Amino acid sequence: MNTIATTDPLKTRSRQRSTLRGKLQDALPQIVLAPSFLLTIVFVYGFIVWTGYLSLTNSKTFPSYAITGTRAYERLWRWTLESDPPSSWYTSITNMGIFGSLYIGICLALGLLLAILLDQKIRGEGVLRPIFLYPMALSFIVTGVAWKWFLDPGLGLEQTLHHMGWTSFHFDWIKNKDFVIYTVVIAGVWQASGFVMAMFLAGLRGIDGEIMKAAQIDGASSFQLYRRIIIPLLRPIFLSAFIVLAHMAIKSYDLVVALTSGGPGGSAWLPSNFMYEYTFKRNEMAVGSASAIIMLMTISAIIVPYLYSELKEKAR
Amino acid sequence: MSGHSQSASGSAVNLTRWINRTVIYGLLVFFAIVYLMPLFVMVVTSFKTMDEIQSGNMLALPQSPTIEPWLKAWGEVCVGLTCAGIKGYFWNSIKMVVPAVVISTVMGALNGYVLTKWRFPGHTLVFGLMLFACFIPFQSVLLPMATILGNLGRFGNSLEDTIGTSLGFGNPTENLVIVHVIYGLGFTTLFFRNFYEAFPSELVKAAQVDGAGFFQIFRRIMLPNSLPIIVVTVIYQFTNIWNDFLFASAYAGTGDAMPMTVALNNIVNTSTGVVEYNVNMASAMIAALPTLLVYIVAGRYFVRGLMAGAVKG
Repeated sequence: MNTIATTDPLKTRSRQRSTLRGKLQDALPQIVLAPSFLLTIVFVYGFIVWTGYLSLTNSKTFPSYAITGTRAYERLWRWTLESDPPSSWYTSITNMGIFGSLYIGICLALGLLLAILLDQKIRGEGVLRPIFLYPMALSFIVTGVAWKWFLDPGLGLEQTLHHMGWTSFHFDWIKNKDFVIYTVVIAGVWQASGFVMAMFLAGLRGIDGEIMKAAQIDGASSFQLYRRIIIPLLRPIFLSAFIVLAHMAIKSYDLVVALTSGGPGGSAWLPSNFMYEYTFKRNEMAVGSASAIIMLMTISAIIVPYLYSELKEKAR
Repeated sequence: MSGHSQSASGSAVNLTRWINRTVIYGLLVFFAIVYLMPLFVMVVTSFKTMDEIQSGNMLALPQSPTIEPWLKAWGEVCVGLTCAGIKGYFWNSIKMVVPAVVISTVMGALNGYVLTKWRFPGHTLVFGLMLFACFIPFQSVLLPMATILGNLGRFGNSLEDTIGTSLGFGNPTENLVIVHVIYGLGFTTLFFRNFYEAFPSELVKAAQVDGAGFFQIFRRIMLPNSLPIIVVTVIYQFTNIWNDFLFASAYAGTGDAMPMTVALNNIVNTSTGVVEYNVNMASAMIAALPTLLVYIVAGRYFVRGLMAGAVKG
């Protein structure tokens, strides 16, 4: 700051060095953070722009960098309306609707139910909790392999029940193009509901016991207690769980591959499978990129407002 | 008289309580059986002979248990055209997971430390941008990454030609380490940031007054108190990277460098030859064991830490 007054050259130099070092010291935190931030900017945001650019070109097997307009999006839009016979894109987005709503809805309901049951001061909670939670540790590929076997009409549940004497039992959803997406829901719920349970359980344990006592003294039944008081108090957990499940649903890819190999004629595809197939197998890179951008937009519509409000609240 | 009615209502209360308890335990046991069923079927099937599988009941315990399917899965099963078992792919996954977890955790810890204790203007924006990266569908970065990794591979080849070694450029395992570090940074930073947010800043200030520097404070004060969040981050990253299939199949989908998940999918969805279900199930179990073990050993710390850190609500 006040180095100008000094005349001694040696002193000036040492002072300058110390300020340079001081500046470096001050900037050290930002220097440490910079690599991560730059990697994110380039490999996330830069790549998203790059993918967006590719979606506006005519890229087939290899990227081409001459912009040719929104043809890829127009094709996707045309396919969106092509329901009979369904285009691959129509199948993918309808499946996303079915899978997304059932997966999120059932996981929330089942997770809440299990958490409430476990919260009734029961014995053996330490044994039961990991049983509900362990599927979360498995890869979707392993989950797919296990359920593929379990749901296979010739080997799994159907065969077993036939052995037990219930010969009229019929369950071939996994081979049926109209029902195969529901098997993905079953396996997905099995995998994620335990995690939702853990979130709700933590929420229930965080509720002030006094509130419950007061309500019980007022003569509220258990059902009323949960419906009127406890479940409304769990609202933030519902939101967090919804966000976690929604982004897992849109990212789902592996489960469809391992469980159904895409289903009969691609009938189990989700948009992520559509993107992969069109980009890497059908050599329609521009269409694949356009579908990736649409997936990103969908998820952003859910995530961005959430993150914005969260960060704003924390900053306050 | 009043005493009589009291005891009657008391036994009615006892009865409803008993019914309640029975319903609660009944439901819990029912769900526990449903949740365990697929794992149970996988395990018993992996110890059965093929004859027994084709003739018998999938829920029955193996009549003559054999570890043959496990040995075959580990050492002999065919993945594509190579029939050397899944052991090589298992090690591929280990070689990919360990460095990726270590690097992303260390970077996440430093980022979290900077974003809470050394704040600068715009820190919320920086964090927000990194956080959003957790939620993107990876399909939106898949292609550009493939192009970059392809170029790295060509660079490695030309290095190989000129100086005799590629220095690791273009090695699929190393590529996957890079990819997992980059796309894991958002999560690791989130975990450490939320954890350090609750860490008393006074301690850091006091150490600063005593003349401790940036790294000294990190090493002496932050790190020794970070065990819970380190456990969470390591488990999260380990399971996520071990279980990843999308990046693995896009960037190392063929050849000897495949990670475990891709190899398993190839074994199970192969269309040639007789399908050996017992070997398939043994392979799936081997692929699942590392993450299962981690969950069984440290799962309770994981949930507890995650609740305290990530999902504040």
